[in-house]
Amino acid sequence: MSRQANRGTESKKMNSELFTLTYGALVTQLCKDYENDEEVNKQLDKMGYNIGVRLIEDFLARSSVGRCHDFRETADVIAKVAFKMYLGITPSVTNWSPAGDEFSLILESNPLVDFVELPDNHSNLVYSNLLCGVLRGALEMVQMAVDVRFAQDTLRGDNVTEIRMKFIKRIEENLPVGDD
Amino acid sequence: ARMADEVLFQFLHNELIQYVYKSAEHGEMENGRCITRLENMGFRVGQGLIERFTKDTARFKDELDVMKFICKDFWTCVFKKQIDNLRTNHQGIYVLQDNKFRLLTQISAGKQYLEHAPKYLAFTCGLVRGGLSNLGVKSIVTAEVSVMPACKFQVMIQKI
Repeated sequence: MSRQANRGTESKKMNSELFTLTYGALVTQLCKDYENDEEVNKQLDKMGYNIGVRLIEDFLARSSVGRCHDFRETADVIAKVAFKMYLGITPSVTNWSPAGDEFSLILESNPLVDFVELPDNHSNLVYSNLLCGVLRGALEMVQMAVDVRFAQDTLRGDNVTEIRMKFIKRIEENLPVGDD
Repeated sequence: ARMADEVLFQFLHNELIQYVYKSAEHGEMENGRCITRLENMGFRVGQGLIERFTKDTARFKDELDVMKFICKDFWTCVFKKQIDNLRTNHQGIYVLQDNKFRLLTQISAGKQYLEHAPKYLAFTCGLVRGGLSNLGVKSIVTAEVSVMPACKFQVMIQKI
């Protein structure tokens, strides 16, 4: 199909405002449909997960990234390659846990929240929660179970936006018999 | 302007459709209302986008000038190509034809899945209607497909 034929030859960059505003329309709709912010957060995470499990294929096909050997390498690929490719930003990787199984992504700017102001009655809404789902879904497809959540958010008055990622376990591969 | 990857929008658009149709299963909402919901979301986005896109453009001369802007600049910003053909009866009806509509190219090149095409067009109908609305043009926008990924958007201007 066209995607196959066009791969690599065509820029996939576009004005991010369409994505930002569409995401805003989605969050607005969810806030109307659900009674509380927690339900909205859950729904955003779920949709993000669905996107993540597909996005990883796009990512692996377009980047020349191979398998990561440890969580530190994974963190670098997410921040420097994936975020750059899809959102045009490069978060910094910080706050490693001593065991090396936990780190934070600090987002200087977050394209999802351009033009957004949170009303007071949505203090529990994690506006960009879709991103957590995307990261979780994408990593699950490369056999990593990871817990992802927003630890800080400038939309809610924090100084920075921080996504905390915690490695839970490696998912065992169930290869069909005789497959390589 | 900031850049993002178009794949993100396409996946998000798919999720919107899934979400609207899934919530319809529980609430017994019929197809028409799902289409309306997607269209309304597109409308809001179209309103916002046109404000951004036109902030540095000169005033439009007339309705046709507005439609040309939609076919060229607006379409290019959103779908990275221009509308291939614009026709009008000069009585308020415009037909915008896109021979390779971005949101259908991944689905099919032919008649396969044709019955699903309307879901993938509703949001964009709203985009156009919302954009026009913020330029002072009230309209009804519908879409039709006979062979994917080509499609036609029909804009009926509502005289006030």
